[in-house]
Amino acid sequence: MDMALRKVKGNLERLFDKSLTDLVRGIRNNRDNEARYISQCLDEIKQELKQDNMAVKMNAIEKLTYLQMLGYDISWAAFNVIEVMSSTKFTCKRIGYLAASQSFSEDTEVLMLTTNMIRKDITSPNLYDASVALGGLACFISNDLARDLANDAMSLLTSSKPYIRKRAVLLLYKVFLKYPDALRPCFGRLKEKLEDPDPGVQSAAVNVICELARKHPKNYLALAPTFFKLMTNSTNNWMLIKIIKLFGALTPLEPRLGKKLIEPLTTLIHSTSAMSLLYECINTVIAVLLSMASGLPDHTSSIQLCVQKLRILIEDSDQNLKYLGLLAMSKILQAHPKSVLSLKDLILQCLDDRDESIRLRALDLLYGMVSKKTLIDIVKKLMDHMAKAEGSTYRDELLTKIIHICSQNNYQHVVDFEWYVSVLVDLTKMEGTHHGSQIATQLLDVAVRVPSIRHFTVQQMAILLENAHRLPLTAHGSTIHEVLLSAAWICGEFSDRHLIDPRLTMEAMLKSKVISYPAHVQAVYVQNIGKLYSKVIAKAEAEDDYDTVKAVGQMLVDRLPMFVGSSDLEVQERASTLLQVVQALRKMAERGDRIAGAVQLLYSGELNPVAAQAQRKVPIPDGLNLEAWINEPVVAKESSEEESDEDLERVQSPKKMFKKVKKPPAHFDEIPEERQPSRPEPSEKELDELRQRRLQEQASNPNYLKASGKANQRRSSGSIFSSPETPSTEQTSGIIPGLTSSQEYIRKKKKSEEPVSKKSKKSKKKAKAESDEEEGGAVAHQVNRGAGEMPEGATWSDHEENANDPYKALDIDIQSPLRAEERLPIYVHRRVANQETSPMEKEEDPVGKERRKGKKEKEEKKSKKKDKDEKKTKRKKTEKVFENVTAEVSLLNIEDNEVPTPKPAELASVVHVEEKKDKDDMDFWLAQEPKSEVERPKSLTLKKTSSVDKEKRPKEKDGKKKKKLRSKTRSRSAEEELMDEVPEVVDKAGYEEAFGLEQEGTANSSPQDETTSLSRFITLVEDKNVKVEYDTYISNASSRQIAGNFVFTNKLADASLKNITFEVVDSVGLGIDRDAGMEMPVKFAQMLPKANWNVTLLFTLKADSATPQSLRGSISYLKVDATGTSVPEMKDFRFQLSCSSFMLPVQISNNEYALLLESGQLNTSSRNQVEVGKMNFSEVISRICFRGQFYLVEQVANSATLHTMSILQQRVAVLIKMGDERVTIEVKSPEQALTTQLLAETVAAVQ
Amino acid sequence: MIRAILVFNNHGKPRLIKFYEHYKEDVQQQIVRETFQLVAKRDENVCNFLEGGSLIGGSDYRLIYRHYATLYFVFCVDSCESELGILDLIQVFVETLDKCFENVCELDMIFHVDKVHHILDEIVMGGMVLETSMSEIVMRIEEQTKLEKQEAGLSSAPGRAVNAVKNIDLTQIRDIKLPDIQLPAFKNFKLS
Repeated sequence: MDMALRKVKGNLERLFDKSLTDLVRGIRNNRDNEARYISQCLDEIKQELKQDNMAVKMNAIEKLTYLQMLGYDISWAAFNVIEVMSSTKFTCKRIGYLAASQSFSEDTEVLMLTTNMIRKDITSPNLYDASVALGGLACFISNDLARDLANDAMSLLTSSKPYIRKRAVLLLYKVFLKYPDALRPCFGRLKEKLEDPDPGVQSAAVNVICELARKHPKNYLALAPTFFKLMTNSTNNWMLIKIIKLFGALTPLEPRLGKKLIEPLTTLIHSTSAMSLLYECINTVIAVLLSMASGLPDHTSSIQLCVQKLRILIEDSDQNLKYLGLLAMSKILQAHPKSVLSLKDLILQCLDDRDESIRLRALDLLYGMVSKKTLIDIVKKLMDHMAKAEGSTYRDELLTKIIHICSQNNYQHVVDFEWYVSVLVDLTKMEGTHHGSQIATQLLDVAVRVPSIRHFTVQQMAILLENAHRLPLTAHGSTIHEVLLSAAWICGEFSDRHLIDPRLTMEAMLKSKVISYPAHVQAVYVQNIGKLYSKVIAKAEAEDDYDTVKAVGQMLVDRLPMFVGSSDLEVQERASTLLQVVQALRKMAERGDRIAGAVQLLYSGELNPVAAQAQRKVPIPDGLNLEAWINEPVVAKESSEEESDEDLERVQSPKKMFKKVKKPPAHFDEIPEERQPSRPEPSEKELDELRQRRLQEQASNPNYLKASGKANQRRSSGSIFSSPETPSTEQTSGIIPGLTSSQEYIRKKKKSEEPVSKKSKKSKKKAKAESDEEEGGAVAHQVNRGAGEMPEGATWSDHEENANDPYKALDIDIQSPLRAEERLPIYVHRRVANQETSPMEKEEDPVGKERRKGKKEKEEKKSKKKDKDEKKTKRKKTEKVFENVTAEVSLLNIEDNEVPTPKPAELASVVHVEEKKDKDDMDFWLAQEPKSEVERPKSLTLKKTSSVDKEKRPKEKDGKKKKKLRSKTRSRSAEEELMDEVPEVVDKAGYEEAFGLEQEGTANSSPQDETTSLSRFITLVEDKNVKVEYDTYISNASSRQIAGNFVFTNKLADASLKNITFEVVDSVGLGIDRDAGMEMPVKFAQMLPKANWNVTLLFTLKADSATPQSLRGSISYLKVDATGTSVPEMKDFRFQLSCSSFMLPVQISNNEYALLLESGQLNTSSRNQVEVGKMNFSEVISRICFRGQFYLVEQVANSATLHTMSILQQRVAVLIKMGDERVTIEVKSPEQALTTQLLAETVAAVQ
Repeated sequence: MIRAILVFNNHGKPRLIKFYEHYKEDVQQQIVRETFQLVAKRDENVCNFLEGGSLIGGSDYRLIYRHYATLYFVFCVDSCESELGILDLIQVFVETLDKCFENVCELDMIFHVDKVHHILDEIVMGGMVLETSMSEIVMRIEEQTKLEKQEAGLSSAPGRAVNAVKNIDLTQIRDIKLPDIQLPAFKNFKLS
């Protein structure tokens, strides 16, 4: 009564709370003081959250979620969110999870409390409770949650509801991201989902695996056959797109894959109407083409097809298609530039598009279309565009592109560097560019790398320096003064033979305007003034022109103080040094000494390009400990002093005391440092002195004031260093006499070249082949195209690793078999152990212990429920078996611990063999050509497998330790198995022998499908001319589909077979799968001598039991020998499918197996004893597993349990015990016929 | 993978934001603002792809958007997603909204953002595409709505009534002229 009253009361109160609608409306009505209104609402919400009523809380959380969208932090309410999440009502739960997914993060501490609640929710029997929880968890999953819930997420993969499976699959991806260790244990199950009967689940699995594979494609190469099958069978465009995209990532790793893909992709391109699919197909075809070394003749047609389809896209009025077309085109360009060239005009048109994205894409394309021939032309067009372009961003983009185009691959396409320098000079004149530093870098780079161009460059740079005042330096945001930096450096460094009048250039660099440039430019100026000074003096002394020596010295002494007075330390320091040097030299000169030699020593030596990575690659010298303190850390007491020190320094140079002087381009890192003596940190006293000195200097230095007005005044007052002779009209026009421009350059060049080209025309035909090289042949520049100098011992690496890649942890080899310790942690509540712990449990690792405990409890619970006698007896029986088994397992575990863990080197060899095996499987699949091509899959595999065996053979002689190691190299079925608790020693020993069997030659392993472990070719029919072999595997269990792989061999060396007709007649129980498009009879026109054909036919099982089936069939053909005579031949056969053809070795955990035995499903059983002679137990098992498609659940000493499932979902359990040279086999299944038959087949396998 | 889904109107007011990677609220708002600035300045007839740049993720990410009447729907995706595929997905999303709200308009998104979230959760889960078939999505939403109604049952009746009253447009009522009612004189009543 009380409860009810309270509830009613609660509901009534609720009426007057604000609902979300009220909140939204309120906010809209209070636009002017929204913030105040919301803070008021937040107060109300806080009150509401304090109440007990869940509905009130829910309402409050709903409102908070809305406020979160408006940017309010609601993390303070995290606990309340969890309260709402834990409600039993779906409505509340959904709101709670929504709020959590919007606001929770890794750092949300209360998440720790939620693990159990979320587990309960995701495994809830209510469909939508579970789905909401799964969806929410995917958003806010943390590392801890991922670890604790991984196992639950994985077990949801087997849920009976596709809607939940789908979500569980997607959730797993998030789990992997947060907890990479889960990937390997889960992957087997996840892979199975690729074949899920529900297309949604399938699609989700594809989605997840594609997402994983995209980051680390090489680990997923082995899945290619599965995906290939999906691709050829699926009609779901969304999934196809994903798969095709994945193939695009895989092909670069395996060129043969591409060969296989081309055909189905081309078909898709022709057939699909979905643009999205078409586009992805084209993309992948391009990737395939890229992966192939050379275009085979039939691939040129693929390229043509792509280009043609892309052309349609680019010409489409839909801007989206146009954009994507250009995007894809840029990829073709890398592989087959020639095929794209035909679209050059179309692409140039796109440069005029209104849409900036499209223009940028078109620019990218041009970047790739450039060749030695087209470079000048394309750059000219771009420069035209640049002149027309509106908006500085696009213009800057153009500028960057021009530079990139020209400089790509260390100037691969630039033949004529004079032209290029003129282009750069042109770009300098562009108004308001932000990429001055790029141009500057280029100028420097070219000058350094191309010695022959230096003369021209130096002259141009000298002109540029002399006319610096006419450059658009003042434009807003302009960075063009960077170019002056390069100009100064080039003139200084290469002045030797190239600079006509160093003195004039030096004077230009000493103009008073220079001090208005950024400090780092000034610094370079000062340095290079010094270089020029040395040149001028050297020249003058050589000519005995002592007046010049004197005058130049005087000029420097007069002008340098303006730099000495700079507020920038670097400039100041360099200028002071130079000034002192010059003064000293002047004194020497006055004494009559020759000074040039001394000065030149300062600047001698060639500077070479340095690799961009060089700095990082400098090896640490021996004995240098980078971790050690240079000075002992300062005691805290002094920190205040230090602070004041820093303060002082900040006062000293408000601008850039410790800020790095803007770095010149990376290549020249060492230049500014070259003559920088490492100086000790100035003490306070020194700083004080420095300040005093500077103040004095400033007071006495008339140049100190930087106001541009004054500087201008000085210039106009007729200083000898300014250039009064320049007429003002020229200043505005931007034309600088003597300075080159690319247009003019081309014009001039054409004129000068015309007669040359006429002359050479005769010889041109001969030289046509090398025309690319010859192009612009008049100027042959020697270019240093190397990567640059590296420190000794360092090697160039293509890409530097990105340290913080969130996906790095997922680079996990998913193919190698699981190790015993690899399993998902199972999150169990701590229990007080009230049962007696048996000694065997003590030996186990904690996880296994808890697991077993759980099992025991389960068993106990169950035993309580099951009171009926008959069941009890059955249970006892199974329990007995399992007690036996578990006891022995634990024994083995102890043994396991004694075996030393393999050393890394040994492991490596194991992995190597494993890879090799994998590769063989792939080889086989890849070798399977489309039906039109002749291949010999069988012989290929035979060869490969035997090569593996050879490798394995000698090892077999080694001791037990090695055996254990080698056991890791089991066959591919093993890698699919989730070997949770089975000790490795035994289980894999079985598979070794499987290899041995292969060696006998009667059976040949050709693993072909993911669902089969090993498959065997059996001869179907053979006469003197032809041989047909087959093997079968289950292709799709849900649709009862069995694939038969038939290999036809023409045994004759001198005759071909014609009109081959192969027919298999349907029976009541088994027939060809006409739904899958299979037709009978199969006909080939011709088989050449010694040729092989490979045909896969799909059959469906129509019978209601998985008992053996036999189909009648016939093959007829004409034998045509070399003389042309033809003989008709015909042969009948029976196509036999044994019971095991319908079996899938489905993996199962020990627990599940126990439950299966307990469940009473397997109500028929039979047993038999067989003499096995000297065969050891593992050999027996391997034979049985190999023949009968069994999954080895557990093997202990001399007994083993096996499991398999028929295509009709009937489960079969087999127990094998070994006695004295005889084996007892017991088969249990739900159907007597099946039991008997399987027993017979199993017995036959051993005999 | 989809990194974020943003819906905002022509003035940049957020109508739905869903990040599949955690960002602090102020960063989220900053991203919405920047995305709006990028998208809003584009013409109607230009392509729907934008290279995301510095916004989220970096160069591997792209913004794919569609503009419907007053709303922008922006998806931020990485290179694993197909551009045209995502455009289709946006279309599916909007059509589903249209179906669930019967002629969806901005007001629906404003007042029922929670429902929009629920619809989105049926299409995308944790940044991965969950379902692309509209009928399946609508079916799931309807089932959930049914469940919601069942749970609400009778107890929500008063709430609905109050809401109905709240929703009455008072401006209309003001115009109704009430007849003058003569109240009886109470003078004669005595309290004895």
